[in-house]
Amino acid sequence: MKTKKKFEWYGVIRVMVSILISLLIAAAIIFVVADDPVTAFSKFLLGPFSTRRNFFNVVETMIPLVFCGLAINVMHKSGLFSMVADSSFYFSGVTAAAIAIACPMPNIVHQIVILAVAMLVGGVIGVIPVLVKRKTGANELVISLMMNYIFFNFGYWLIRRFFLDTSNGSYSIAFQPTATLGKLIPRTNTHYGFLIMIVVVVLMWILMDKSAFGRALRITGANESFARYAGISVGMVVLGSQFIGGMLAGLAGGVEMIGMYRNFQWITSQSYVWDGILINLLAGTRPLMIPVSAFFISYIRIGALVMSRGGDVDSEIVSIIQGIMILLIASERFLYQMKKRKEEREALQNQSLETENAA
Amino acid sequence: MSFLTSLDFWFTVLRCTTPVLFATMAALIASRSGVLNLGLEGGMTIAALCGVLGSGFTGSLFVGLLAGLAGGVGFTMLLAYFIQHFKTNPVISGVAMNLAASGGSVFCLYSITGDKNASNSLASLAFPSIDLPVIQSIPGLGDVLSGHNCLTYLAFLLTVILFVVLRSTSFGVHVRSVGESEEAARSVGISVEKVRYQAMLISGILVSFGGMYLSMGYVNRFTSGMVAGRGYVALATNAMAAGNALLGMVSSILYGFGSALSIYLQNNNVDPYLITIIPYAFIIVFYVAFIFYYKCRKRLDEII
Repeated sequence: MKTKKKFEWYGVIRVMVSILISLLIAAAIIFVVADDPVTAFSKFLLGPFSTRRNFFNVVETMIPLVFCGLAINVMHKSGLFSMVADSSFYFSGVTAAAIAIACPMPNIVHQIVILAVAMLVGGVIGVIPVLVKRKTGANELVISLMMNYIFFNFGYWLIRRFFLDTSNGSYSIAFQPTATLGKLIPRTNTHYGFLIMIVVVVLMWILMDKSAFGRALRITGANESFARYAGISVGMVVLGSQFIGGMLAGLAGGVEMIGMYRNFQWITSQSYVWDGILINLLAGTRPLMIPVSAFFISYIRIGALVMSRGGDVDSEIVSIIQGIMILLIASERFLYQMKKRKEEREALQNQSLETENAA
Repeated sequence: MSFLTSLDFWFTVLRCTTPVLFATMAALIASRSGVLNLGLEGGMTIAALCGVLGSGFTGSLFVGLLAGLAGGVGFTMLLAYFIQHFKTNPVISGVAMNLAASGGSVFCLYSITGDKNASNSLASLAFPSIDLPVIQSIPGLGDVLSGHNCLTYLAFLLTVILFVVLRSTSFGVHVRSVGESEEAARSVGISVEKVRYQAMLISGILVSFGGMYLSMGYVNRFTSGMVAGRGYVALATNAMAAGNALLGMVSSILYGFGSALSIYLQNNNVDPYLITIIPYAFIIVFYVAFIFYYKCRKRLDEII
């Protein structure tokens, strides 16, 4: 008997209510803090649409968020909580910058080489925590968190050691003129990375939802021993997922580096893992929904920036909002009664259907 | 490397150990009760901020202490509530709370004092240093052990107390049994939820002291990102301790050694960014080595 797949309203409502609650809390905080709360809050909500520049800022900010959301999606679907995407992202950015400065190459070839090497470096770094876990039993979460500190400091040291612009003191010297992705839309910073992003989203959708690998990964994440009995080579699937996740984070670092900058400017650690986790949760771990949720996160972030420019509310309010959203969406028992009631009703209906059929 | 023999260096080791020792004990009591407390980083940040704000605005160290404790404990209990009551994944909820704390602390500091990133305009207080009465006069030993901040002594004292409590009190037995097997503990009438909340309460108190040591002992102001991953380091040192508080002290001192090493090398004209790696690399190597040792020993036990 074929059952029609019903749309999961429950998940959507839960996400919507979580967003609403966190925005309400944000509004409450703004009303306490700001001198002119109404202006501040309207800037926060409508700021990204106020100018052309602000709107395209949202698009630019969204690009690395989408890549990192996809990276977290594939990495965490294996049931392992590796936070190594930050290391991959930063160090791939460093690698990209190094090639962009030191290796003159013809146009187009240069960009391809940079992005390919960035992906490879990111993938190799991405595998480390899980590989160490397999060999020694050490927790991948702890290792990856330590690694993020190490790779940030080491990467920035490399830049300082070899490519420091001494007139500036903290940034690197300029990239070769060929090492740029070029502007997709004139008079903005929106670069061709946007097109790469769309291609990658489609590829990841096919990989995660339509391929044998995606299915094997889902089964492994849900129940490892079952996957093993089903003949899935668990080790390879898990390592593969970490490599792909690392590659995506590395690509994000490379694209961001040569798309947005003309020299290396990351003097603080770049953190995208926390955003990636939220984006993945908002998207209900579906690759095709990740651009939508990344756009939303990018939107509130630019909104907060616009608000902080003109007023007395700091843009860090975004991390409070994001934290509350993650907490609520990840809570199994949040709006649990609603789900329970619905399941009870459906169970009763099925029961009555069955008795009818039997009769 | 001549500084390794200097007494000053070993004094610095103990100074650097203190915040991680508090955090390690916080992680230890939580993990023994079966809860993964990933909110150590955020708890320390919030406690550090609250302590500075409390003491800065009232001019009283005691109020600062209470504010710091309230902040850290409140934060940890909120995390415990989400894990216990809403059944949130402890990793995800810890991540969320840490994210909210790192941004939220900057936000609060800016909104309350107008300072961004560091509480420079606020004259906050620090906990006093203590000279130990007898040990002080012993040459060598006195230079290393005496004259520390009072929180340093508290950290080592609490470690010993925690060791005894976990080992030989009925509360300790409850905590351990809840952590070992939830079902078994429930079947003999132990309230799992209650024991876990109690463990998280203690964890919150310890975390608060760790945070306050950073902003009211180590230095006397709050800067954003001042916890610098010590809450995550504590997860590693806790895993190295394998549930034994005294071993936790040893693993924390290992971190303190790496940290002191980086401070001393800074004077030798090595690039600061390269030096910052040392404590993290140090702890990651020891962590992996310890875990590998435990795994091998377990396998050996199974064979014999």
